[in-house]
Amino acid sequence: MMPQRSLMLTLLSAGLVFGAWQIAGMIPVSYAFPTFLETMSALLRMVLDGTLFVAFGETLKPLLVGIAISAALGIGLGLWIGLSSWFDWLFSPIFIVMQAAPLAALIPLLVMVYGIGLTSKVFVVCIMAMPVIVLNTSGAVRNTPTPLKEMGRSFLGSERDIVLKIILPAASPIIFSGLRLGVSAGFIGAVLAELKITPTGVGDIISYSRSIADYPSMYAAIFSIIVLAVLFLNLLERLEDFLFEGNNRGYASDT
Amino acid sequence: MRTPASEIAVTARRISKNYGAVEALRNLSLDFPRGQLTSLLGPSGCGKTTLLKIIAGLLEPTSGEVEVNGKAVTGPGPDRAFVFQDFALLPWANVLRNVAFGLELRGIARSEREAIAEGYIRNVGLAGFEASYPHELSGGMRQRVGLARALSVDAQVLLMDEPFSAVDEQTRRKFQEDLLSLVQREAKTFIFVTHSIEEAVYVSDQIAILLPRPSRVSEIIRPGGFRNKGADQIRRDPEYLDIVDEIWASLRRYVE
Ligand SMILES: Nc1ncnc2c1ncn2[C@@H]1O[C@H](COP(=O)(O)OP(=O)(O)OP(=O)(O)O)[C@@H](O)[C@H]1O
Ligand SMILES: [Mg+2]
Repeated sequence: MMPQRSLMLTLLSAGLVFGAWQIAGMIPVSYAFPTFLETMSALLRMVLDGTLFVAFGETLKPLLVGIAISAALGIGLGLWIGLSSWFDWLFSPIFIVMQAAPLAALIPLLVMVYGIGLTSKVFVVCIMAMPVIVLNTSGAVRNTPTPLKEMGRSFLGSERDIVLKIILPAASPIIFSGLRLGVSAGFIGAVLAELKITPTGVGDIISYSRSIADYPSMYAAIFSIIVLAVLFLNLLERLEDFLFEGNNRGYASDT
Repeated sequence: MRTPASEIAVTARRISKNYGAVEALRNLSLDFPRGQLTSLLGPSGCGKTTLLKIIAGLLEPTSGEVEVNGKAVTGPGPDRAFVFQDFALLPWANVLRNVAFGLELRGIARSEREAIAEGYIRNVGLAGFEASYPHELSGGMRQRVGLARALSVDAQVLLMDEPFSAVDEQTRRKFQEDLLSLVQREAKTFIFVTHSIEEAVYVSDQIAILLPRPSRVSEIIRPGGFRNKGADQIRRDPEYLDIVDEIWASLRRYVE
């Protein structure tokens, strides 16, 4: 798609959502639901007085550590599980259970074991982010087209070459979609941890402003974390384009 | 007509292959003369791909053995290259990298392998498409990328699994003529799987007709006389037409 057209569509859809938000806030849907403009002015205030950056500094710590661990460990484990049926048998159930488990119920347990510090929060992020990364990676690796693997073998590729030059690139679109889902889940986990374990960072702004009924600030904090998540996902897409240029095969309607 | 042993590039000896309860090949023996093109012809599902993969070392036979230049095959080797029926191109790599991929896996330095690949890209008529990705090519062009990749590694034996099945009739005829000149130019042994009787008779020095499962060679035909006539003359040659009829007569009872 043409870059300009795609930018215009993005702006259009953003305009529609924000417009609807503004109208819903003006009706109002609920006394606790501020308009878009009120939220933006609260956001601007928090940016200017620096509260937001301090808060992000806190929130990003468990988030980035957790996502880095989930991505590295998740792709590694997923690769292993996808390559060996024995590992699949051993580990897959764990991640399926992890993905299905109600996280909120596990948090008290984590706090009991790891206390209320950074470790517990990192764990929450990992529990949210890792299963989908592992399951996507292992599924994609397992489903590498057999002809491609046979081609690699027939042209005398070593095991290592076949994994690095055929299996991983072939799996990369699905691995990256797992990473995107994992990162989104990690963001949820990071905020959840701040709401459920100890109020710090963005989670603190959310719970504090709610307790004093400062709803514009609360929504501004939520909005800012969503924007951050979107930026992060965009960055991930850039990384994918950079690493695997051929993955980006355009839209079917482009021709 | 017997061929001396040193003139045999590949020998399949009493090959049997079972997939669980399915007996695909039973006691199949066949010699492939050096520098010639041998076609494997037979009804669908009779085990042609299976035999080709066993020769390639991609599949283990249940019993029997394959020898290439007198040495038993235990796996893929530098003396054989495969042209895959479904191309097996890397979708994320451009034509140049795909063609050079066999050399890349052998650890040849980039500049060297790309120079070799460029030569073969030109040979198969894809000059100018080096930077294109497979999804930007037609089926016939993709097939030629697969062919160029197999040629680049300079193996003595080329294994081709229905290489022309994905192209239209005109392109197919063009490819068949190209294949004939390729066989003459490159001193390589070609093993060629096809469904088409005409194609087999047109391009082959030797045709092995396989019977349905469990498969073995029922007949070996060596079309001889018309080989050195011009490409357009072959299809009108009476011997060519007779052989096509003869093969059809022996295969038709399996096509019901
Ligand atoms: N991986 C497999 N597992 C089980 N059975 C298989 C497998 N591969 C092939 N077969 C069986 O072995 C027989 C021979 O298969 P093969 O692919 O060699 O046939 P073919 O002659 O190449 O057929 P076609 O002309 O349709 O490509 C078939 O009956 C098929 O069902
Ligand atoms: Mg086949």
